[in-house]
Amino acid sequence: MILSSILVLFGLGLVAAAVLAVASRVLYVKEDPRVVAVESALPGANCGGCGYPGCAGAAQAVVSGKAGADVCVAGGAETAQAVAEIMGLEVGAMEPKSACRDCTGGERADELYLYEGASSCRAQAMLYGGAKACSSGCLGLGSCVEVCPFNAIHMGPHGLPIIDPEECRACGKCVAVCPRGVISIEGMSSRLLHLNQTSDCLAPCRQKCPGQINIPRYIRQVREGDYDGAVMTIKERNPLLLVCGRVCPRPCETVCRRGAVDEPVAINMLKRFVADHEMASGRHLPVPVLPDTGRKIAIVGGGPAGLSCAYFLRRLGHHPTIYDSMPALGGQLRYGIPEYRLPKKVLDWEIQGILSLGVNVVLNTKFGVDFTLESLREEGFEAFFVGIGAWQCGNLRAEGEDAEGVMGGIEFLTAQALGEKLDIGKKVIVVGGGNTAIDAARTSVRLGADVTLMYRRTRAEMPANPEEIAGAEEEGVKYMFLSTPTKVITNEQGRVAQMEYLRMELGEPDASGRRRPVPIEGSESRIDVDFIIPAIGQNPDISCLYDDNNVCHLDTTRWQTINADPVTLQTAIPDVFTGGDVHTGPNLVISAIGEGRRAARSIHHYLTQGDIHVPADVQRELIAHTLFKTVENVAPKDRADMPHLCHGKERTCTFNEVEGVLTEQEALAEATRCLDCGLVCYNRDVNPEVALDQVRRGR
Amino acid sequence: MQEYFLLFIAAIFVNNIVLAQYLGNCPFIGTSKKTGVALGMGSAVVFVVTMSTAFTWLVQKYVLDPLDLGYLQTLTFILVIAALVQFVEMFLKKMVPPLYQSLGIFLPLITTNCAVMGIAIICQRKEYDFVTSILFALFSGLGFMLALVVLASIREKLEVTRMPRSIRGVPAGLIMAGIMSLAFFAFQGMIA
Repeated sequence: MILSSILVLFGLGLVAAAVLAVASRVLYVKEDPRVVAVESALPGANCGGCGYPGCAGAAQAVVSGKAGADVCVAGGAETAQAVAEIMGLEVGAMEPKSACRDCTGGERADELYLYEGASSCRAQAMLYGGAKACSSGCLGLGSCVEVCPFNAIHMGPHGLPIIDPEECRACGKCVAVCPRGVISIEGMSSRLLHLNQTSDCLAPCRQKCPGQINIPRYIRQVREGDYDGAVMTIKERNPLLLVCGRVCPRPCETVCRRGAVDEPVAINMLKRFVADHEMASGRHLPVPVLPDTGRKIAIVGGGPAGLSCAYFLRRLGHHPTIYDSMPALGGQLRYGIPEYRLPKKVLDWEIQGILSLGVNVVLNTKFGVDFTLESLREEGFEAFFVGIGAWQCGNLRAEGEDAEGVMGGIEFLTAQALGEKLDIGKKVIVVGGGNTAIDAARTSVRLGADVTLMYRRTRAEMPANPEEIAGAEEEGVKYMFLSTPTKVITNEQGRVAQMEYLRMELGEPDASGRRRPVPIEGSESRIDVDFIIPAIGQNPDISCLYDDNNVCHLDTTRWQTINADPVTLQTAIPDVFTGGDVHTGPNLVISAIGEGRRAARSIHHYLTQGDIHVPADVQRELIAHTLFKTVENVAPKDRADMPHLCHGKERTCTFNEVEGVLTEQEALAEATRCLDCGLVCYNRDVNPEVALDQVRRGR
Repeated sequence: MQEYFLLFIAAIFVNNIVLAQYLGNCPFIGTSKKTGVALGMGSAVVFVVTMSTAFTWLVQKYVLDPLDLGYLQTLTFILVIAALVQFVEMFLKKMVPPLYQSLGIFLPLITTNCAVMGIAIICQRKEYDFVTSILFALFSGLGFMLALVVLASIREKLEVTRMPRSIRGVPAGLIMAGIMSLAFFAFQGMIA
């Protein structure tokens, strides 16, 4: 009995074992042992973040060469190292990435209808695209929280998901599930390389800023007391925040929604506040830099565009070298802006912060004379940025303009910055209405002269900053509007003695709507003058772009600027990029900085991918439906006043800095005035109607 | 013919292997989160349960019965089913890679599936002949697949429903399985 049982069981077992043994030999499927090894090295989360069906699929792809050793986004650098050892590969350091939410609306956003269906963002998006009026707004139903396998996301108190960067493994599941594209996977490089797109959550100030700085974010950080975070936010788009905090004319404030309530938020004063806070600490905040790529890029011109391009290229891991013809970097920032607006030690401190990242500098070298594109290529440079600025002064267009005692505005300011002793006599006339003219006038006042500024239009049409015009008047500069010079009269020694000018009046509006100044016949007058400073526009000097055969390989325009693609800034030579005043003509410092970053982006794509990717929905002009004429439910608050550091005689007799910086209390009060705008939403003060509506919705 | 039709109704509805007899509940809950996965699992179960019932019937008929070793039924069936599933996995991997790609992942789950074991033993208790046993196994497998797909569809709907967090997932699946069982009791009495 027992014996037969044992025999039967063993017999069946032996038969089964024999069959399986034969089958395992006959039906053997050869498999690479490395697949098993790689699969065991992977974390086994099977999250699918790598794009393959689980860890087994990823292991197959690694062994077959379809994926690199860093295929695993969940495991990070450790897993990549282990897989690389198995495969005999070398793995570069992975850039830390995290999911980021772009939308800041939440429950502030208007809703088209009251949704009471399934608690799923995707389900709501099927109903007229979702309840939020904003086409890029977060629906707030938490689908991203559901799908996150690492519990890195949870819903915040305002109907927006909050992502924990420490827990996030950038697997991309939340990006896939979000029907509105609110979440994206970002690293430092993608933030540096990002161009504003119409699908981004862009407040009007962000749309207007040529540097594309995330203004609501850094103001929010100021409000929370995170000044270092605010500095880092600004430095993702603009490395020269001390400079811009002092000299930027603030185009962002012209579209600030707060301007429809009382006065725009003092965006630039807050930028200067956090920048001066960093400088007062005495040390530069450490700026993260991507691993070395070993690529050399030559940057011709050390002005704001070149410095910006070098900064961003260095942060992306490349090796830029700046060539400049002057004895110090800075370009127009150093030589075209006087000391009382931008002290040299402030500029030096900021430039040092850029160079200490690992940027090389070669000074006192002229492009086309000391080096050429060909000689740089022989040295191993793979791409070039030409940002040589606009240094040529416009002509006075009056008889006798070549006399001694006539000096262009840029020339005058440059000579002053270089420390040359200038004899400007007692009476100085500055011709022109731009910022350069104001700078020349106020500099002349500090040199002890009696200054008159002559402009052919009226005060309202002056292109200079209104604060600059008022500041110059406070310092004693006299204005002569509706006047234009016609003749320079010299004395026996050939020196300027008098200037003849015509009175003007505003005529009929031309095609652009501006009234054109028309001379008044017979209104010639003469005025005694010792020195004349024409400050009538600037032009790039592109003579250095011509080679020995007088041929320029770059495409140029009739305004003597370099022609380039407006988005990628690539010139007619594929590896040459441009930006700044030599590309746009005379323009703002912040425009040059923004173009420097965009050129760095194009160079990075050109060197790493070969072609330069441009998103289809790049934002090029203001988005019309986001510009509000009226803003409701916002109470007026006073705007902070710009403090002055100098008064009275000290102001006009020295070159000390005139404008000061906000105190901490003033900065916090000013930051709370910010409405924290999104595309169409902004902070409103609660009123009974809104509160009742929220109660009705059960929030 | 009518006898087989009655067998069909009984196996799929009246005596559903998972909803009425509560066998195979582990993969029933575990693989019913997605309809596609449920279909794959159901297909694999149909295939394996039919083959294993045939083989176990033969083993019972020609090995255990002549030697009067009926008490070895459970051990013997476990051995045969496990070896068979392993063989099938090897065979599919070698001969039919596409089918292995789609169903292979489920075969290890079936090795210890009590539904497969249960169906084989039920056939012995009811003393079905060979053809009837194979058909019963096939119909029972289809019943398993039906229950799995229906539960998967319900759970997909529940995924986007507002629910207390403590009930989400397996608890909700168990509750739905219980309600489905109650619903299938309506078929009791169709066959005496």
